[in-house]
Amino acid sequence: MEAFLFWIFAIVGVFCGGMVVWHRNPMGSAIYLVVTMLCLSGFYALLNGALVSVIQVLIYAGAVMVLMLFVIMMLNVQAASEEREGSLPVWIGAGVVGLVVLVKFALLLQYGKPPEAAEEFGTIQGVGAALFSTYVLPFELISVLLVVAVIGAVILTKRRAL
Amino acid sequence: MDVLIILIKAGLVVFALLNLAGLLTWAERKQSAIMQDRVGPNRANIGKLTLAGLLHPVADGIKMITKEDFIPEGANRALHTLAPAAALFPALVVFAVIPFGDTLHLFGREIPLQVASLNVGIVYIFAISSLAVYGTMLAGWASNNNYALLGGLRASSQMISYELSIGLSILGILLIYESAQLDVIVQKQGELLWGFLPKWGIFLQPLAFLLFLGAAMAENKRAPFDMPEGESEIIGYFVEYSSMKFGMFFLAEFVEIIIVSGLTVTLFFGGWQFPYLQATGFVWPFGWGELALPHLFVVLMQVGTFAVKVLIGCWILLLIRWTLPRFRYDQIMRLGWKVWFELALINLLLTAIIVLWVT
Amino acid sequence: MIPISYYLMVSAILFIIGAIGVLLRRNALIVLMSLELMLNAVNLSFVAYARLLNDMGGHVFVFLSITVAAAEAAVGLAIILAIYRAKQTIDVDHLSLMRY
Repeated sequence: MEAFLFWIFAIVGVFCGGMVVWHRNPMGSAIYLVVTMLCLSGFYALLNGALVSVIQVLIYAGAVMVLMLFVIMMLNVQAASEEREGSLPVWIGAGVVGLVVLVKFALLLQYGKPPEAAEEFGTIQGVGAALFSTYVLPFELISVLLVVAVIGAVILTKRRAL
Repeated sequence: MDVLIILIKAGLVVFALLNLAGLLTWAERKQSAIMQDRVGPNRANIGKLTLAGLLHPVADGIKMITKEDFIPEGANRALHTLAPAAALFPALVVFAVIPFGDTLHLFGREIPLQVASLNVGIVYIFAISSLAVYGTMLAGWASNNNYALLGGLRASSQMISYELSIGLSILGILLIYESAQLDVIVQKQGELLWGFLPKWGIFLQPLAFLLFLGAAMAENKRAPFDMPEGESEIIGYFVEYSSMKFGMFFLAEFVEIIIVSGLTVTLFFGGWQFPYLQATGFVWPFGWGELALPHLFVVLMQVGTFAVKVLIGCWILLLIRWTLPRFRYDQIMRLGWKVWFELALINLLLTAIIVLWVT
Repeated sequence: MIPISYYLMVSAILFIIGAIGVLLRRNALIVLMSLELMLNAVNLSFVAYARLLNDMGGHVFVFLSITVAAAEAAVGLAIILAIYRAKQTIDVDHLSLMRY
């Protein structure tokens, strides 16, 4: 069962990831990226990461990609005049380099099957316990970063000088 | 065998949802007619049998299937076809974590009456309802129509504004019941407060109940927040859709009414809990005695209680729709960001202080 | 059970696809999306290693990484909007102010 789900998520995820980069229209690329993120959420669920799986859908697929789709719609970039940049030899060269790097990774990463997971692994309680005890300083800094990002986004898009 | 049981449960849930959504279209028209002192739908008939207009959903379904299905010129064909599916899928999937009964002991096998008991149940609901924005946005974009695009942008900005308030208003419930699993929350609502009052969410978190109901109605684009579709005033985002694709949007809206009702009942009204009914029978408070009942009867009563509560919730939502006038769009956005959000934060703060003070 | 190296290979493939997208595409929005793809691939790597080493720190880092990516996407899109208002184009080749 797990193998079946893994291969489905892997094939769909890698195909949609490739289409993000290959598609001409930014709108189509955004939709393919949403599907890739949903496949990744499936991977996290297979790896016992229950909270990370739903957080990925909630924040990434549900908020960040909605924001990108909003901006794509507002900019209304015309796709008809857009040809794929870079000639075909450039893409083939990039593909070959990518394959070489991939083979190097495959030779390095030789891990086997993981041990049994603990009961509280990846649950809300587990993540919460780690987040508020060992990693509480990055947690507080992230909140500062979010405030800075909100202020920055508002200032950058104001029409009149602030 | 376990997978088969889960599939049967999922099939039953989807079957019940879709049928209830169809019935709700009739109920809305009949109830609005009764409220407005008129007769309502009574024409659809087989032979001479009108059945008080109950054949109207069937007639609607036949109409929607047999209409011509067109895609406007210059529109993106793939996205135009994908949008109704993207609107209906989250609506059907949310019900996977809502428990509709206690554990059923049948033939030596324990069957929990819930499709999936996730550890992160409530966060799953937020995640799936944030996917519902895609249906409206893609519908507005893929229609190649300026007015539909503006309607789609209006609808999606309203939905993402009220998602925040939904999330924050539920955090108080998480604090009190100390779990994000919906079946644990419903189990804990069976306990008694001060010896006689069941610990239902509405008694412990009244402000969160009002906030959640309002924010969920706004997320559902349901009156008084239905400016995006605004039936007789302004062009909505599904103006270029016909036949079954429009039928899917329509069905998605009514399935979401059932979901809002189901969630409210589960979190605030005790889910399948009948007051003072435990797994072995009635246990009256103040030591008034007990009444033992067979297991199957208890489970049936609990499922029936859940169904009745969800139906009452749907009835109240329909009542609100036909009572209140619609808000203007800037009023909706101002409410969402300046009133609902602050009240949800204040509710969370008060709940945290009280929980700390009590324990 | 699937060996963890399979998950890491998928993560590597997605990362390389994202890197190719960042380097070869000219539309600024698609560059941003390829960047998000790279961040997602790294998140998958984090979760796979957390499962292998039974350490919750991987999940916490994914949490923080998703947050940082959301903030960066917001600010990046604001920058793209400002550039589009100023120069009417989002082609990154035309946005360079250098002579050569």
